[in-house]
Amino acid sequence: MIRLASGGTNAVSLTVFLILFVAVTGVGFVASRWRRAENALHLDEWGLGGRGFGTVVSWFLLGGDLYTAYTFIAVPALVYGAGAAGFYAVPYTILVWPLVFLFLPRLWSVARSKGYVTLADFARGRYGSRSLALAVALTGILATMPYIALQLVGIQAVLDTMGIGGSSGFGKDLPLLIAFAVLAAYTYSSGLRAPALIAFVKDTLVYIVVIVAVIYIPIRLGGYGHIFHDAATSLAQTSPATGKPKGSLITGPKAQWSYATLALGSAMALFMYPHSATGVLAAKSRTTVRRNLAVLPAYSLMLGLLSLLGFMAISAGVGKGVKGFNAQLAVPELFQQMFPSWFAGVAFAAVGIGALVPAAIMSIAAANLFTRNIYREYFKPDATPAQETAVAKIVSLVVKLGALGFVLGIDKQFSINLQLLGGIWILQTFPAIVAGLFSRWFNHWALLVGWAAGMAYGTYEAYNVAAAGKPHSHFGGSAANIPVIGQIGYIGVTAFVLNLAVSVVLTLAVRAAKPRELPDETVPGDYLVESAPLAPLTPEITPSAP
Amino acid sequence: MAEPATPPAPPPPHLPLVTPTRVVCAFLLGVPFVALLWVSSYSRLTPTFIGIPFFYWYQLAWVIVSALFTAAVFVLIRREEASRRALLTEREPS
Repeated sequence: MIRLASGGTNAVSLTVFLILFVAVTGVGFVASRWRRAENALHLDEWGLGGRGFGTVVSWFLLGGDLYTAYTFIAVPALVYGAGAAGFYAVPYTILVWPLVFLFLPRLWSVARSKGYVTLADFARGRYGSRSLALAVALTGILATMPYIALQLVGIQAVLDTMGIGGSSGFGKDLPLLIAFAVLAAYTYSSGLRAPALIAFVKDTLVYIVVIVAVIYIPIRLGGYGHIFHDAATSLAQTSPATGKPKGSLITGPKAQWSYATLALGSAMALFMYPHSATGVLAAKSRTTVRRNLAVLPAYSLMLGLLSLLGFMAISAGVGKGVKGFNAQLAVPELFQQMFPSWFAGVAFAAVGIGALVPAAIMSIAAANLFTRNIYREYFKPDATPAQETAVAKIVSLVVKLGALGFVLGIDKQFSINLQLLGGIWILQTFPAIVAGLFSRWFNHWALLVGWAAGMAYGTYEAYNVAAAGKPHSHFGGSAANIPVIGQIGYIGVTAFVLNLAVSVVLTLAVRAAKPRELPDETVPGDYLVESAPLAPLTPEITPSAP
Repeated sequence: MAEPATPPAPPPPHLPLVTPTRVVCAFLLGVPFVALLWVSSYSRLTPTFIGIPFFYWYQLAWVIVSALFTAAVFVLIRREEASRRALLTEREPS
């Protein structure tokens, strides 16, 4: 990464950052004692926080989980670079809530009733198919790994702006390594309770920073009118790479399909990610889940305001005239330039801690998947809950080390490409999971072939997308021509439609042959459970320990 | 309800799948999709609000509207589930 004119290390920012970071680390370790359960060795305890989080804890946990540090950096960076096109994150995070309101309560209920820890557990139980469950588990793990790596990229952007770490080699990576070791240690010891507690600190900091930023920075820059005027001028300039304007303040007629499909596809994909499912399944009751879906949009509002920071960065002249400026640094640089140094430290801490919460949850979710759907399914079917927990803890470390390897060893661009692919991939598990929550109509083989078709098509199309101004490059974006319609749209949605079509056609074909159906271990009542196992449609009962 | 029951189960009460409440809820959850996926309806600069172009403040306003809709659905569904539950227990001979 190119070091910028950030004026070296600012002692005040750094001190504030470090104090907050250390405080949060303490919270992470204390978390293991928070609401300790009678059976601490069960995977429900380490991997789902005892399935007992109420509305407030769930709200912080899910908010801290879904609105990641990378989002805080990348969404304004996209707006900074391209204008309106980057704003699709706002309709995306609006639509996700009404969408998941339809099926998450059913998912929570069946998981509570049957003791499912992962989405792949559900696929296994509902369709009775080991191969379909393996497909769901592998997709989840693959999609999560680069996502964790990007959280570390988020921390790195902040560390770079603060100018800490040596200029090259090991010294430069040292702060990241320390942050990482701390994260790994408390996730190992406290499980999901650690990010749940830390999320309180993180989200509070983020809300404060965003509210201050959207009021204070425009005042300093001469108001929103002035900011958008500057942004319009800057975005209209010709980009040397493509020979076209860099971006625009509104989506042109040609960009509208990709804007809408990106928003819709991302909304559909979000709760197929293992870390989102983990956050939901940790809730105490079905009502807790529903109530949260009604109040989580507060985070969407914050993200929307945050994305406006991209325009403020343009107006403030961040990166102006710097050759090859890394847009990911737009927001940290803006904070550095605009805020007094102590508050810049708070803002940096918000982003840094903001990376730790989702990174912890993601590694726990990937570990749960590996343990339940690969280790127990294929290697040790008679694993005790204590063995499951032990394996999951170790896997959470391995997963994080893998992510660290991505960031340090391999080109960072590679993690970004993979994360892009991850979104396309994870969307391909949507038909099996969401349709499965409502009916057993689909045949498991048909779903598996549909999934494979969507994965193959999505990967191939993404491979063929060249980056702007670099012909013959690959994985340059996530939008491509939609066959038949002839518009540019999100590849994930096109692949999803193909996936669904294949699944429907094959199900009809297979049914004509009247095959022997695999057993479904769920019954309709499982999907309506309010809180206790096997007690459909009963009012709140204290959840009994499994 | 397909409860595994050892004594011959009483005929399961038939509650309608489509109710007025559910229609209202589907409408409230569906409107944001129509509004936001119809990009050309809001892809313009004016009128501005405190200097923010229409494209941006309109979508930000939908964050709030959509949240209110979802909250309304939460209340409606909860009320309906309570009444369905009451009906179920009433019809079941105990």
